[in-house]
Amino acid sequence: MATVKEGLYYSESHEYVKVEGNYGFIGITDYAQHALGNVVYVDMPDVDDEVTAGEEFGAVESVKAASDLYSPVSGTVVEVNEALEDTPELINKDAFENWIIKVELSDKSELDALMDAKAYEAFCENA
Amino acid sequence: MKKTCLYEKHVALGALISPFGGFEMPIQYAGITPEHMAVREKVGVFDVSHMGEVTVKGKDAERYVQHIFTNDIAGAPVGKIYYGMMCYENGGTVDDLLVYKMGENDFFLVINAANIDKDWAWMQENAKGFDIDLQNRSGFYGQIAVQGPDAEKTVEEVLGLPCKELVFYTVKTIGDVIVSRTGYTGEDGFEVYASHEYIQQCWDKLIAAGVQPCGLGCRDTLRFEVGLPLYGDELSADITPIMAGLGIFVKLDKPEFIGKEALAKQKAEGPAKKIVGIELADKAIPRHGYPVLNMAGETIGEVTTGYHTLSTDKSVCMALIDAQYAKLDTDVQIQIRKKVFPGKTVKKQFYNKSYKK
Repeated sequence: MATVKEGLYYSESHEYVKVEGNYGFIGITDYAQHALGNVVYVDMPDVDDEVTAGEEFGAVESVKAASDLYSPVSGTVVEVNEALEDTPELINKDAFENWIIKVELSDKSELDALMDAKAYEAFCENA
Repeated sequence: MKKTCLYEKHVALGALISPFGGFEMPIQYAGITPEHMAVREKVGVFDVSHMGEVTVKGKDAERYVQHIFTNDIAGAPVGKIYYGMMCYENGGTVDDLLVYKMGENDFFLVINAANIDKDWAWMQENAKGFDIDLQNRSGFYGQIAVQGPDAEKTVEEVLGLPCKELVFYTVKTIGDVIVSRTGYTGEDGFEVYASHEYIQQCWDKLIAAGVQPCGLGCRDTLRFEVGLPLYGDELSADITPIMAGLGIFVKLDKPEFIGKEALAKQKAEGPAKKIVGIELADKAIPRHGYPVLNMAGETIGEVTTGYHTLSTDKSVCMALIDAQYAKLDTDVQIQIRKKVFPGKTVKKQFYNKSYKK
């Protein structure tokens, strides 16, 4: 069964944001990694790229298909999780621990539009 | 949406089900990777009951098959199987298929699920003037494929069907059951065609014996790795067998068949586009429809099938590109979402077949 982690913000396209100060760590949820199956490649943006809330910033790929990633928030990419370049399957091992990009948030009020753990759990149950 | 005779069993096994070729088909059970590896290393079983079967019998049966089929079955021994295509007059591909010679003027044709209606109409339309009995038996036959290095042992011991003596691309009948040494994985293996009830019993025995059930997901990765074409990707009404590099299955020295003139002309002049293999330097995965570019950034074609291969850990694809770039070791690029990745043309076989010939 897919798990949902308390204290994170969630999007309807199954990304999460873990906020630390002015930074957000963005990844895909455990529900999403279950639905995808074995992740074999993660297409990540470059450091200094801008991401915009609701817009595509990369993709995660299973053997069979590519699935676009949508940023839940806007900001500047300050770090990408380089471990995923060689070991993308880390996302299957622990999706919440293995974030994809770290973003300097440009508008923290965007977080208000996202779901909390409880709301996301209900969202997945109704999906 | 149609269902095969094994549909309920797939649901019971917890398979991920998706539409394919007009059928609700199992895509995966344990996952594409473990199923793929089971076939490469041991044995797996596929439900391929969605495939269509057409029988051609009667006085003109051989002459008719020769008319609609690109390969040459003249003088074939009973029990031999041929791969080839049906083509339109312009050389475009109606379908690729297997022709089983069951007896003198008695043939069993195996066609793609997605093409059953189209093929059946085409076959009937081109049967005028031939004294034959043409039957679409797709609704009658169930079919399983047992594939992998342990396939022979499995078919003999679990299904009790003697098959040892069959060589690659031959068929025998055991009562009403048709068994052939064929498949679509690049491994040794067998395909069994029989009534729904019999196929259900076979499936249950195989699962009970611990044989890995395999879905269409790994069927595609397996066939792709060994460079086998899939109709709709590497063959279509717009992609001739010559463009697909399947000229050895087009016997231009045959007196006559539909599409012969167009295919002979294309072979002589060289096709404008060809199916090639491309290997990327990066891990990014080329998918069906992604643009292929030359080094100047101009579009020269598109990807037909691509994967990060499971057996060799490389990002590779087959693509239909302008023939001038088709030479081996040519530098090309593939656009994957916003980025462009360098690669080079390679042989379109990414893993070696291990057939038992």
